[in-house]
Amino acid sequence: MPVGRTAPAPPAPGTVLPDTPTPGPAPGRGPLRREGPAKLTGTALYTDDLVFPGAWHGATIRSTEARARLLAIELDPAFDWSKVVVVTAGDIPGPNIVNSIQDDQPILATDEIRHHAEPIVLVAAPDRALLRQAVGQVIVRTEPLAPVLDPLASDRVFVHYEIETGDLAAGFAEATLVIEGEYRVGHQEQLYIENNAMIAVPRADGGVAVHGSLQCPYYVHNALKRSLLLTDEQAQVVQAETGGGFGGKEEYPSILALHAALLARACGRPVRMIYDRHEDIAATTKRHPAVVRYRSGVAADGRLVAQDIEIVMDAGAYCTLSPVVLSRGTLHAGGPYACPNVRIRSRAVATNTPPNGAFRGFGAPQTEFAAEMQVNRIAEALGESPLDLRRRWLYRPGDTTPTGQVLRESVAAEEVLERAAEAAEFERVRARTAGDRAQRGPDARSAHGIGLALAWHGAGFTGSGEVHLASVASVELTADGRLVILIGSTEMGQGTKTIFPQLVADALGVPMDDVEFAPQDTALVPDSGPTVASRTAMVVGGLVIEACRRLRAVVEERSGGPFADTYRADAGTHGATRIDQHFRPYPGVDFDDTTYRGDAYPAFGWASAVAEVDVDLDTGEVAVRSVVAADDVGRVIHPVLAEGQVEGGTLQAVGYATIEEIKLHDGRYLNDRLATYLIPTALDAPRISTILVEAPFSGAPHGAKGIGELPMDVGAPAVVAAIHDATGVWIHDLPASPERILAAMDTLVRR
Amino acid sequence: MATVPIDLTVNGRGRSLQVAPHHTLLDVLRDDLALTGAKECCLVGECGACTVIVDGRTVDSCLMLAVEADGALVTTIEGLAAGGRLTPIQEAFLDEGGVQCGFCIPGQVISAHALLEANPHPTRAEIEEGMAGNLCRCGCYQQIIEAILATVEAAHP
Repeated sequence: MPVGRTAPAPPAPGTVLPDTPTPGPAPGRGPLRREGPAKLTGTALYTDDLVFPGAWHGATIRSTEARARLLAIELDPAFDWSKVVVVTAGDIPGPNIVNSIQDDQPILATDEIRHHAEPIVLVAAPDRALLRQAVGQVIVRTEPLAPVLDPLASDRVFVHYEIETGDLAAGFAEATLVIEGEYRVGHQEQLYIENNAMIAVPRADGGVAVHGSLQCPYYVHNALKRSLLLTDEQAQVVQAETGGGFGGKEEYPSILALHAALLARACGRPVRMIYDRHEDIAATTKRHPAVVRYRSGVAADGRLVAQDIEIVMDAGAYCTLSPVVLSRGTLHAGGPYACPNVRIRSRAVATNTPPNGAFRGFGAPQTEFAAEMQVNRIAEALGESPLDLRRRWLYRPGDTTPTGQVLRESVAAEEVLERAAEAAEFERVRARTAGDRAQRGPDARSAHGIGLALAWHGAGFTGSGEVHLASVASVELTADGRLVILIGSTEMGQGTKTIFPQLVADALGVPMDDVEFAPQDTALVPDSGPTVASRTAMVVGGLVIEACRRLRAVVEERSGGPFADTYRADAGTHGATRIDQHFRPYPGVDFDDTTYRGDAYPAFGWASAVAEVDVDLDTGEVAVRSVVAADDVGRVIHPVLAEGQVEGGTLQAVGYATIEEIKLHDGRYLNDRLATYLIPTALDAPRISTILVEAPFSGAPHGAKGIGELPMDVGAPAVVAAIHDATGVWIHDLPASPERILAAMDTLVRR
Repeated sequence: MATVPIDLTVNGRGRSLQVAPHHTLLDVLRDDLALTGAKECCLVGECGACTVIVDGRTVDSCLMLAVEADGALVTTIEGLAAGGRLTPIQEAFLDEGGVQCGFCIPGQVISAHALLEANPHPTRAEIEEGMAGNLCRCGCYQQIIEAILATVEAAHP
């Protein structure tokens, strides 16, 4: 276990500091964030705050080329190598593979280097100065190879999908209006404020414990077991306080934990690998860039009768999670609109760029941006309000999706759309901006616009994913009468540590202070699946509630009285009682992975956003003034935390829409520092008004669906629609940068 | 490597240290004084996660050499909740939902504290400007601004 620094111990979870007159929550706001006081006083311990006496520092020597043959790794003989350790691929006891979907990514490169910043050699030293010297004396000899950098030119396909429903040719034959479009979105960096960080500590049993900033302890556990040839017990993964993830700490920590563990094994000491921001941006996964092409057909009576969609995602050099990112992007590409004849073809291809991976939304923001652009352009072509067009087309209960899934329940597309449009006074503002545009003279310096978007987001893992995960969540009544939640699901800011005690307290009728949350340590908690895919509140929350119901029944049967009155005495008499709840498939939910037919998700969440922007007509700069976000989350567990998720996701979407962009040169990220990769500040943030809509999902005992990713799907298309409303130009490529806006306006004027 | 002696006051306590000339104030706070509330994030003065108060002014401690802090009065997040008692601004952050992942929060709280010390009655625009040097990727800006406004309101009803 880490040794605490001399700083005061963090306050116990769920308690306010002594003598602190902390106000209680206002009614309907939910309990205060459990770990909030520790975070506010600087006593919360993130990975780099942990002290392990005698720890060494580790570094990664990376490729400086996009593609090359690795000829030799040489150590300068003039340097004293006895004081440091060096690890190369040959030192890996098991397979040189980062455990993931495909076995293609090496832990350290061997014959061929496939992307810039690819790890090749690891070095650890007792102090940072010596480490820097040693790193400088490692020579990597390579021979350059021609890289593939354009995804459209890549012939190496990691995965492809095709979904087809109805008769596409007949649909287009019926169409009287056909709109085509090509939309491009680039990389987006998760930019969690805490960089990736991992500390590996050798265990007495020959294994290794890693303490790190991570979302999915069992992903890391599996990676360590496989490549270091460890047993379940020898590999131990402990989540430290985690300073944001957003998907960026879903799969990436596996390779970092392997690196730290290999070095710890080599030197026999704890090894700290704490990335700085430059290394974190240069080397870690981003949101997949995509090119999305649409051809949409509308019949004379205004029905959407055909959609032909092609998606190309740039996976980067290795597969990582691309099959599931692409799957989600593909399944959401039609948007939340009924259409009888749809074909969606998609592929994720390899390029010699750093691998891309999970980021909030997971493929859906890319395709739903394109889908919404398409709907808005159709509305313009029809001369119809984008609100009215969506009212006609949106999914209603009983509609069928392109995979043949009948939307039987929990369909709130109409409600989120109407609530957002009403709160934002969409039509009134749109009439005003239209008037302004008509009267605008050549000397106008700025323009105001309003835009609308609608999206759906499948809650939980795609297809049969939840069945394969086979999650387990446990609740224990301890011998001393406390209630402990045992799950591998992590807190990374979204509120897991607060809402789970709340769910248990509600289910058992006990005070929240009696409910503890076990540490996210694979030696203590079962695998409740990864903390991803907006699944934690819905899937794991559901398991925990079911476990509570069983626990309640066991205790009440024994005691003959209500659980809340008898559990302490029951614990005294019978000792500890632990319930392990295993995932059971949601009734009536069935998906065929081979044909891509069936129920792609157990339920969908629904989101609408209305954005207002000011565009500077001289500079092309966009200020997003306000966003009204209406999100259907099934059931609101904690209003303040839920609003925080919606506002945070909306702000990340505003950044995606306007300023966030990775520039590449020869396969290298050019803006790999925080001075050059920009994210929104307090000055850039719009006023965000959140409307939480509740269309409960019957498969979850509490009705909750996901929330984390929903707002990420609608923000960008709403902002770009508002830019169009202000300026008359469509920006087909994200971000809608000043350069792109000015160029588009220039073209419009010349036309 | 030669070290340089410095004397400074951190959270009201005098400290005499030998520091490497290239070490930043952040290095010294975290590694030598075990005050890990201030965080390392970008090392280029963009994010504000390492914000501390030096002689009454907020600084990015990753950009200030420790030797430059010789003789200075330094306040870190650990110096605010004296005696384990949350300050009103910390209480307001908690109440308004201004904390998510928390990594930026020590810097945010220090900036908010310094802002109110310098300007007890800030407007919303002044708060946005004053907090613009502290990035939050969880997107808590609105809650943080509300927390600061609530603190002002509570202090001057």
